Amino acid sequence: MKLTLRVWRQKNADAEGAMSTYEVDAISPDMSFLEMLDVLNEQLILAGEEPVAFDHDCREGICGACSLVINGDAHGPERTTTCQLHMRSFRDGDTIDIEPWRASAFPVIKDLVVDRSAFDRIIQAGGYITAPTGSAPEAHATAVPKADADLAFEHAECIGCGACVAACPNGAAMLFTSAKVNHLNVLPQGAPERETRVLDMVAQMDAEGFGGCTLTGECATACPKGIPLVSITGMNKEWLRATRKAGKR
Amino acid sequence: MARTVWDSTVGKKAVMAVSGVIMLMYLVVHVIGNLKIFFGAGEFNHYAHWLRTVGEPFMHYEWTLWLVRIVLVVAVAAHATSAYQLSRRDIKARPDKYVHRKPRASYATRTMRWGGVILGLFIVWHILDLTTGTVHSGGFQEGHPYQNVVDTFSTWYGNVVYIVAMLALGLHVRHGFWSAAQTLGVGSRTRDRALKTVADVLALLLTAGFVAVPVGVMTGVVS
Repeated sequence: MKLTLRVWRQKNADAEGAMSTYEVDAISPDMSFLEMLDVLNEQLILAGEEPVAFDHDCREGICGACSLVINGDAHGPERTTTCQLHMRSFRDGDTIDIEPWRASAFPVIKDLVVDRSAFDRIIQAGGYITAPTGSAPEAHATAVPKADADLAFEHAECIGCGACVAACPNGAAMLFTSAKVNHLNVLPQGAPERETRVLDMVAQMDAEGFGGCTLTGECATACPKGIPLVSITGMNKEWLRATRKAGKR
Repeated sequence: MARTVWDSTVGKKAVMAVSGVIMLMYLVVHVIGNLKIFFGAGEFNHYAHWLRTVGEPFMHYEWTLWLVRIVLVVAVAAHATSAYQLSRRDIKARPDKYVHRKPRASYATRTMRWGGVILGLFIVWHILDLTTGTVHSGGFQEGHPYQNVVDTFSTWYGNVVYIVAMLALGLHVRHGFWSAAQTLGVGSRTRDRALKTVADVLALLLTAGFVAVPVGVMTGVVS
């Protein structure tokens, strides 16, 4: 496959960026999108140019490190992560636009790499449970109804890649935060911090400069792990409940 | 608690949802009242007079009406202020647009902000036209709403302004009602289809009901 790539190039956080055009040839349809970028970078290095910086780690679709907005879609045209997107999803001769996640809470560090540490601070604010460390607890000590376990697991699938923020026209982190809140709030292990978790995580989310939710649903459409839009409804419910309870104290 | 709600994006959205639902309930009552115009000047004018005497003898003349007006003004102010502040925040949160842009959300969703502005301006015109009579075409007569309505919809601009605003209303309610349910945490997977249907039906009935009046005047059914 022969492709034309239009890639966002930006020297550092303070520099002005722009789209640069590159040609790549002999791309196999079985390559992943990141392998195709590896080919581009080898080509750039041989030509003595600066390679394109992009985030990646496991390349198995489970770590949440890779990003990229491809032709206007977070993680590209398929519902998966960029590392699991294959070049057979494109056609020979295509022009592909590659841009970084766009949100003021995710500033660009270089080229296609953005700083997603705002997510880490949201987790620090309440995305944990209180449990004694040391030996693993007896697995059946705390019974969890099957339906609750399934719901928790569905939300636990969030890998924190930030595609929801990238897709949201308001740069909101509602889907990410709601996945974490729902995951822990539905479980008995998460019950002691049920109220403080949602209040603190939403407060941190706001403090990071993410936008608000207008329920466009673009986050859930972009999510490679299929976190549903109704997850946000669940978090709103938890937040209103926690606010009422806090008001009574 | 009020501080927590107002300072949070989730809380401010809840303020929008509650004020929106209050206005929506008012509109359902309003459209039912409007349809009485099809039963003649007597019934319509009598209904308009009754609105001022609701609650008597417990309430004084027009007290109930003023109470409703105060609630509505508070709802409109809360809705508009939170919408403005949230929108400012949203635009700041996404300063750089994508080079490769795709419109994806539905038309109703994408037009919420400008639709809201159109509705706000419409409400001002609507009150100046048919409540105070300040910008009314022809001689505004206090206590004769039937004739006043016919006068308004006998002008081309009266019809255009009104019908455009009612189409904007339908779109606004379509996304707004369903969104309010999500914001207040009453949406769920099993209820989603029902909520979307109710939103569509409400939007359609309100728009059709309101637009029926200018259409009635234009076609001569109401004169």
